[in-house]
Amino acid sequence: MGSKSSDQDVLAVSPVSPTRAPLAKTASHGLKIVIVGGFGVGKTTMVGSVSEIHPLSTEEVMTEASRGVDDDSRVPDKTTTTVAFDFGRITLDKRNILYLFGAPGQDRFWYLWDQLFAGSLGAVVLVDTRRLKDSWYAIDRLEFHKMPFVVAVNRFDGPHPSLDRVRQALALLDDVPLIDCDARQRESSKNVLITLVRYLTSLSAQSPVEEPVP
Amino acid sequence: MNARPVDRETPDRLYTVTGGRTLGDDDPFDLVSLIVSERDPAPGMQSEHVRILRTCQYPTAVVELSSDLDLPVSVVKVLLRDLLDKGSITIRHPVASSAGRHLTDLDMLKQVLVGLQKL
Repeated sequence: MGSKSSDQDVLAVSPVSPTRAPLAKTASHGLKIVIVGGFGVGKTTMVGSVSEIHPLSTEEVMTEASRGVDDDSRVPDKTTTTVAFDFGRITLDKRNILYLFGAPGQDRFWYLWDQLFAGSLGAVVLVDTRRLKDSWYAIDRLEFHKMPFVVAVNRFDGPHPSLDRVRQALALLDDVPLIDCDARQRESSKNVLITLVRYLTSLSAQSPVEEPVP
Repeated sequence: MNARPVDRETPDRLYTVTGGRTLGDDDPFDLVSLIVSERDPAPGMQSEHVRILRTCQYPTAVVELSSDLDLPVSVVKVLLRDLLDKGSITIRHPVASSAGRHLTDLDMLKQVLVGLQKL
């Protein structure tokens, strides 16, 4: 990769995607894993630590009927709001490309879940033990959407409660994996993803084989 | 906190790009569908279409196009639909996007695991 000072040159010769290498021509399968968590918990840090590209961000526009619309109004007022999210990319092999999404756990975001993140392999709930409450809603919503997830405690400086206490506080079922991590460390973030995929494998092995939908 | 009024941005641009259209339920694109160009850009094409066709000379996910074009995902999908209808692009579909099917088959998960372990 070129040094920062050569960015201008790169832009000049490659006007399309100056910031990242293209995928191989053989790439054919896109896969999704979503990292959910409260503001500032380290979602983008985790995406960036394992992604092969510098995390990108984009957004989706959501339209919802405003509250308090008159019943006899035939054209309800609609408000549009934008929900932003970050993502990164991991080329797993010649065909399979895994996209990691860092998504906010707040109320509004969940309106977009089906539109954007249905069909994800699974989710990581990233937790800051100083703000456990931020995770309750995300866990509740993932359970509602029947999306398998693991919980990763991003360790910050200072004293922190044991994983047993975190499990209790979050009312997590025994079979939901709960692990420590350091989202800044590539190996640690990689371990979180591997834990999720192993968990998905165990769930898949337990469940009857589903017939493919034609 | 992550939601902000779209008014602050440029709704006119969003409207102009799509002609005010949305895909609604007729949406063949997933966030991670990989898009591939089948044709070169033609003279007189809308600039966003040109950029998409250039970028998608290599497989490119819908969400990457959204980020590149600085347009919301749903707007990019409308642009992609135009190109799909003209046969200018093809879609490589994601593996696990059948609605409601969260438990992906074991072979796929094994491939993901192997890929992650090699990182």
